[in-house]
Amino acid sequence: MPSAAGPLKTTALTRLFRDMGARMVDFAGWELPVQFSSVLEEHQAVRTAAGLFDVSHMGEVEVRGRAALEVVQKLTSNDVSRLGPGQAQYTALTTDKGTFVDDIIVYRRDEDDFLMVVNASNTDKDFAWIASQARGQVEVINASARYAQLALQGPRARAILQTLVQVPLAPIRSFHFIETAVGGTKCIVARTGYTGEDGFEIYAPPGDALDLFSALVREGSPHGLLPCGLGARDTLRLEARLLLYGNDLDETTTVLEAGLDSIVKLGKGPFIGSEALTREKERGPLRRLMGFEMIDAGIPRHGYPIRVEGAETGAVTSGTFGPTVKKSIGLAYFPSRAAGVGTRFSVGIRGRDAQAVIVPTPFYRRAH
Amino acid sequence: MSKGNGIYPEDLKYTKEHEWLAVNGGVGTVGITHYAQSELGDIVYVELPAAGSPVVAGEEFGTVESVKAVSEIFAPVSGEVLEVNTALATSPETINKDPYGDGWLLKLKLADSKELDALMTAAEYRKYIEEEAN
Repeated sequence: MPSAAGPLKTTALTRLFRDMGARMVDFAGWELPVQFSSVLEEHQAVRTAAGLFDVSHMGEVEVRGRAALEVVQKLTSNDVSRLGPGQAQYTALTTDKGTFVDDIIVYRRDEDDFLMVVNASNTDKDFAWIASQARGQVEVINASARYAQLALQGPRARAILQTLVQVPLAPIRSFHFIETAVGGTKCIVARTGYTGEDGFEIYAPPGDALDLFSALVREGSPHGLLPCGLGARDTLRLEARLLLYGNDLDETTTVLEAGLDSIVKLGKGPFIGSEALTREKERGPLRRLMGFEMIDAGIPRHGYPIRVEGAETGAVTSGTFGPTVKKSIGLAYFPSRAAGVGTRFSVGIRGRDAQAVIVPTPFYRRAH
Repeated sequence: MSKGNGIYPEDLKYTKEHEWLAVNGGVGTVGITHYAQSELGDIVYVELPAAGSPVVAGEEFGTVESVKAVSEIFAPVSGEVLEVNTALATSPETINKDPYGDGWLLKLKLADSKELDALMTAAEYRKYIEEEAN
């Protein structure tokens, strides 16, 4: 599958996935599985048992040294000083306008040692940006080639992973991580994910990824684990209102417009974009990212126009049929005056105006 | 994955857009092929014209959507819609499970039987999708 930019990049598991008969696609220049068996079955496995995703295409940037905390604080909108070693947080790499260079997870491995996990499509851009902003005694390393990442997600994830890990996993709280052996390989084991379920993200050396994947499938199969592709990852994350860079977020959308007020810590001191975000917070964002569901038949898709009282106000940023909620759902930016829950509007679906309504999110919240 | 080894009944006619047509007297039944449903994946929504609507050979008359993709459906031949498969509104996955049986989309009153000559036989269609897959 050559693309205009040359051959697609592969992960340690690409060959296995081709042999398994997975349907492979070009995602941000990577050859990745969109589905193994069925998007609906894979989605359901994660909601009720477990699913295993290869997300090795994600980028990893290490920021280390005595000035590391200061550099990360300047680059991101959340407050990393609140993290102790072994803790992680969701945050934004911000522009001076308060928009997204990227949305990322920062792991604090030690006082002066941070790992930023970034979107695959942004890895080179983010690394260049972070390096350009680094001042003082700090090392910035694009370590993406040194990390494979597997996401084990679902209510059975802990029981499955525990069979391969000596230390008890139950005490690891959400957005905490440990560094420990998984089936003999030293890994970062983080209680994080992108599905709305309990689960773990495991960072391993690429040379060990195949053995690790196979071991997790072997231990997980009796629990109902399925290997999962990007198709299920997208429906799972959207039901949980987890946002996707390039669709819901980009350099034109601010962190406050996206509704991510909880990751904007204006009190922590100045950071890139803090002035813009302070002004925006005072006057209120001009538009807001809201969740909606269809009233009329039809599935909203990325890019379909949104009309409020007949006037086009934007476009669907993400949309799908939600397999668990069994509704057609989506996200879009609305002018703040028309962004209230209960607001009715229409989505242009191939020339037809289909009625929809803004609803509270997430669309799906796990019970356990 | 081998995409050409699905089931393509000999008594059906096929289009390049992966619809099938069964003709019985002056009435044609239309659906999408095994290949089409397999390429789309789990079908979650179907949009079809109302009974009585005219359709024109080669023109779009509806859509089939999977979780990930929208696929337009084109009329194999011209005619008037006699009946649509209303069961698909609540169980569109029937198209995946039984594309030539309970997963049929609609029945047409054929306008011009000469249009059938433009459609492919099962053997021709099988060759066509093998070429398309390569």
